[in-house]
Amino acid sequence: MTQSLPVILAATLIMGAATSASAADAKKGQTLWESRCTGCHSLDEDRIGPRHRGVVGRKAGSIQGFAYSDAVKKAGFIWDSVKLDAWLTNPQALLPGQRMNFRVAKPEDRADIIAYLASLSPSNPAKP
Amino acid sequence: MSLDTVSQAGLLSPQRRAFFGQAALSATAIALLAGTQGALASKAFAAGGDMAGDVSILNTALGLEHEAIAAYELGAKSGLLKGGVLDVAVLFQSHHKGHRDALIGTIGKLGGKAVGAKSLDDYAKALNAGSLKSDKDILMLAQRLERGAANAYIGVIPAFADRDLAQVSARLAADETMHWAILTNALGQALPKEPLSFGA
Repeated sequence: MTQSLPVILAATLIMGAATSASAADAKKGQTLWESRCTGCHSLDEDRIGPRHRGVVGRKAGSIQGFAYSDAVKKAGFIWDSVKLDAWLTNPQALLPGQRMNFRVAKPEDRADIIAYLASLSPSNPAKP
Repeated sequence: MSLDTVSQAGLLSPQRRAFFGQAALSATAIALLAGTQGALASKAFAAGGDMAGDVSILNTALGLEHEAIAAYELGAKSGLLKGGVLDVAVLFQSHHKGHRDALIGTIGKLGGKAVGAKSLDDYAKALNAGSLKSDKDILMLAQRLERGAANAYIGVIPAFADRDLAQVSARLAADETMHWAILTNALGQALPKEPLSFGA
């Protein structure tokens, strides 16, 4: 069986992202989330942005009653660590026409925030 | 010192004062837009999608300001804030109203539609206002919102196509940081030991 170089590279990148997420610090992520995200988001209430509890594993644009941008409504993907990393890096690059625009520059900070959000997912009941 | 006074004191050049004096924006909006309005008018037509993106960011900021105004309204109406603390809360709310007016004016100048405020009941639910039982609870909520707003304004700076608007975002962040610092002091909490604690 042979695999093309792009497939191998993609698999390597995904594994790298998974490794990075697993090495991330959810407790530090909680501190970062409280500092940077709570201007617009809460865990359980929709505010400027939608609620965050359970976002990992949730279909983008799927909270009933929240006024998403058309870009997010049409995204059609499930939020996972890779998508969230791209979103926090540059949301406009991931979904042109979105309304968040907030960026987290450092990869390690993004990984920690995502680890915290993942800890709040129903599929990952561990709480930091 | 009000923004009117700041403007009259010379932070705006005479030419800019004359130019802005003809605009149908509030004095606060005029002060906030200092140095940007002339450029914005032409950029709004020239930049197309980029300017639409900037309008989107400004509308998100406007949503923050609507919420902040409501939060201080809830605090003031709670009866839990007294005396000087209530006075400061009302002052901070007036800053947010100034931000709101400026953002609405700017969004309109750029050809956008400003997002409206939700009902006070909606904000009360979203902010879990029912849990506020003391003046300290209210100050802590305000402190959290001000820090979040400051970091939000810092976090969107790289996304602005128009660098003048990015500067406006920095100015808004500075106001929110001022509020956070006063609230932190009122709560008797220590200031950060490390530098660059905002946006980090």
